[in-house]
Amino acid sequence: MKTFSIGGVHPHDSKISANAAIESFPIPEVAYISMGQHLGAPAEPVVAPGDKVKVGQLIANANGFISAPVHSSVSGTVKGIEIIKDLAGNPCKAVVITVEGDEWVETIDRSEEIVRDIKLDSKAIIDRIKECGVVGLGGATFPTNVKLSPPPGKKAEFLIINGAECEPYLTSDYRVLIEMPEQVLIGAAIMMKALNVTQGFVGIEENKPEAIRIMTEKAKAYPQIKIVSLKKKYPQGGEKQLIDAVVGRKVPSMGLPIDTGAVVQNVGTALAVYEAVQKNKPLFEGIMTITGECCPQQKNYKHRVGTPLSKMIEAVGGVPEAAAKAISGGPMMGKAIANLDAPTLKGSSSVLFLTEEQTKRKEESNCIRCGKCIEACPMGLEPYLLNKLAKAGRMDDLEENKIYDCIECGCCLFTCPAYVPLLDTIRLAKANVMKIMRSRPPKK
Amino acid sequence: MSTTIIFTVASLSVLGLLLAVVLYFVAQKFKVEEDPRIDIVEAIMPGANCGGCGQAGCRAFAEACTKAENLDNLFCPVGGNATMKKVADALGFEVSEKAPMVAVVRCNGTCENRPKTSVYDGVASCAVKSALYAGDTGCKYGCVGCGDCVKVCNFGALSMDPATGLPVVDEEKCAACGACVKACPKGVIELRNKGPKNRRVFVSCVSQDKGAVARKACKAACIGCGKCAKVCPFEAIKVENNVAYIDFNKCKLCTKCVAECPTGAIHKVNFPEKPAAPAVEKPAETNVNQEK
Repeated sequence: MKTFSIGGVHPHDSKISANAAIESFPIPEVAYISMGQHLGAPAEPVVAPGDKVKVGQLIANANGFISAPVHSSVSGTVKGIEIIKDLAGNPCKAVVITVEGDEWVETIDRSEEIVRDIKLDSKAIIDRIKECGVVGLGGATFPTNVKLSPPPGKKAEFLIINGAECEPYLTSDYRVLIEMPEQVLIGAAIMMKALNVTQGFVGIEENKPEAIRIMTEKAKAYPQIKIVSLKKKYPQGGEKQLIDAVVGRKVPSMGLPIDTGAVVQNVGTALAVYEAVQKNKPLFEGIMTITGECCPQQKNYKHRVGTPLSKMIEAVGGVPEAAAKAISGGPMMGKAIANLDAPTLKGSSSVLFLTEEQTKRKEESNCIRCGKCIEACPMGLEPYLLNKLAKAGRMDDLEENKIYDCIECGCCLFTCPAYVPLLDTIRLAKANVMKIMRSRPPKK
Repeated sequence: MSTTIIFTVASLSVLGLLLAVVLYFVAQKFKVEEDPRIDIVEAIMPGANCGGCGQAGCRAFAEACTKAENLDNLFCPVGGNATMKKVADALGFEVSEKAPMVAVVRCNGTCENRPKTSVYDGVASCAVKSALYAGDTGCKYGCVGCGDCVKVCNFGALSMDPATGLPVVDEEKCAACGACVKACPKGVIELRNKGPKNRRVFVSCVSQDKGAVARKACKAACIGCGKCAKVCPFEAIKVENNVAYIDFNKCKLCTKCVAECPTGAIHKVNFPEKPAAPAVEKPAETNVNQEK
């Protein structure tokens, strides 16, 4: 069975919410739609307080090349454009809408019927994806249309749909794969048409046999798309790792996936692309997992973007008493939530409750240079060395040791027997080194 | 046996002598001409090698002094005016007196004023913490309290006050080298004029949140109301981005603004208190006194 070639760890997968079917979460009374839901510059609001908006109406324009428009997820009256606090407590601009009814823009096809015919041509597909504000839903929320337009001189050879979902606990992609397999495949076919490639893969980890079975069955109608079952290993869902696992090509240091001819898109993104292109539906809904051993109910919710997290948490019975930490995303790469009132975003994937015992950091002891972190690093770096150099502030040496290649997956921290907080130090040093590198004049 | 020893000693001596001669000529040939004044100036320097002057260390500063045409842009904050006077005398320069500076912590978000909204359990480093999120209180601008400033201080002038969770500057020890200013990821610490008799007035808040938001997060926040700017007879106070700032070059220490501030965000230090209270050093305490 296929997997990536270097590093990786095996955390317990804990997919306890896997059997919870996707439920539509009730529309909130007030929606807080953030303007910074994608990588790049925040969107620019085009509505004013008092405006009436419908579901799917454009409320903010993309601001620059790497940016995406934002659409209303509810119908009602714009209460105002306010500064709210995001998950991390940082201020961000948001359009606040008081919900009245649920009236959708007429152009959106709300029928359940699956549209298989791809009528648009390559350019029209990319334009539609851009207009609909589709961003990568695997975590980075990179605008999808940019990823589907390779830079001049680079040619895409194949598309890989990322169904690895290697993070423990998360099950939103899994639910999409088993509940809407055809939509994902059509989404993939649309992106292949946009990229003008004839080969597509869907990579799914072996711990999701049901998804592999259903997808293989449905993929019979799409001979150009192959379902690849992958060995369970974290971080297989990393773009670079997935390309290595599926087609055996390695993204060069500092390179982009397109350098290997691959374009990787998440399962959720494929679904969003299907809905945007075939149903003319902008991206304003997402699927989120609410889970955790201490959480009395395990849920996979389809939510409207801008729903306050606290509403969703209330629906599962409030913050569990045993919970010490709420995490947005998986336990490996997710971030602790500092503000439970923050609204959901396009890219929100989960709220995970962990107990004190599960999250407590053990006391740090000395590094004995056992090399476990080097063995675990999927990028072939030496985390223990980077940690030491970072503490000494040796930026030149950090650059020489390719700290910029770090994908912040946390394997080093996970595997360290001395509980050295490697990732904390390395992540900060990486940001500083990248800042220095970007400030240099470009080489001729 | 004895011949071996004699031979060894003799051959080593001859070899040593020969090499000494070679080294002598090499040293003459490749001699580095160095301004002798560098050594003189270096001897005057405090020798802390803190980098507060902007040079790599005391010797680098001495070298820069000897090469410079005047001492206008060179100042050793640690040695202060006394040291600079000696340097100027040694090099035959004129030197203008500079007002002594001190590090000032512009945050009064004590545990009492600024309740915690989350618990941080990561690495105890302000840099790491502030890169991760807004901080464990409602204010994203204030001190995050992990003591990066304390760690970088070469002079032992900073310490964390466990009662308030804020750093405290020891005015006697502070050399105004600016290491803490650079280390603080939130830009809370500023070098300000020490002031006559060490008396200073400053806004102990850097929150750019709007008034209501700032006040909700912290009782001692500057809400940007601008009352201080209106009352100031010297136009020393400016309100920008919802926060007031007092220009220490214009401030005449009249303390009208201190009385006017509705949240007690403006602090005066080292002023004699009326009910015979001893002069206070800690900004935190100043505020408590004002609120009473």
